Amino acid sequence: MTLNIILFVALILAALWTVISKTLLKAAFGLAVTSVLLTIIMFGLSSPLAAMFELSVCAGLITAVFISAISLAKPLTSEQKIALAKSKFKKYFFLPIIIVVIIFLLRNFKLPADFHSANVLSQTTVNNIFWTERKMDLLGQLVILLAGVFGIVVLFKKGRKNDI
Amino acid sequence: MIFSTLHIFGIAVIILAVCGLYCILVTRNMIRVLVGVELLIKAVTLLIILAGYVTGNISLAQSIAITIIIIEVVVVVIVAGVILGIFKANDSLDVINIRNLKG
Repeated sequence: MTLNIILFVALILAALWTVISKTLLKAAFGLAVTSVLLTIIMFGLSSPLAAMFELSVCAGLITAVFISAISLAKPLTSEQKIALAKSKFKKYFFLPIIIVVIIFLLRNFKLPADFHSANVLSQTTVNNIFWTERKMDLLGQLVILLAGVFGIVVLFKKGRKNDI
Repeated sequence: MIFSTLHIFGIAVIILAVCGLYCILVTRNMIRVLVGVELLIKAVTLLIILAGYVTGNISLAQSIAITIIIIEVVVVVIVAGVILGIFKANDSLDVINIRNLKG
């Protein structure tokens, strides 16, 4: 329980750091730290396979994509940085208030009485679910992956010299 | 009141989702909007794993979480490409530039 509370506090701090940080690079690192903490939480919730995917893909690949995108884009000018710093506190003033209000509204939310009884697939393994019970959505997933690959090819394709 | 795992990580899901939504709403930088979307997707992933843990369907929850993570990568890569394309055309990352799209 103590570990859960420590992970909870660390996750919230990392998420807030991601949102509040001034530079985009710090936001990308904050997102990576959030992913690592989420990985540890997933291990604690007995989901090692999803945790492994989260660590390798979200903390690794997505951070690399973010840093490449940030490095390819132009940094802010000094005037823009000053204007951003001035408006920062006004922008994030309401964030804790919104969080407290939502938790206050959900404090009496009760789970249905039969919430624990839906234990139909607990004995099946992830492999069984992936390759026997789910077929159509795996096909959709493959199509989405292919769409991503072709989308990137089209987006980064360089035009010919005589194209305008 | 003793907090259970469900309570602790349920509150974490709410805070992550609010942070993501807030990040999308207050900024005009397109890369920061993408960071907000990432935070929202992380909240959804944690919620699915938590639901699987509570109901005992952890295998199903894991397989759905893996699907979400894969689609998340595709979304991030494509949107990053689109953002760089808009940056090349307008020399700015401001979301206001998307209004200039034609055709």
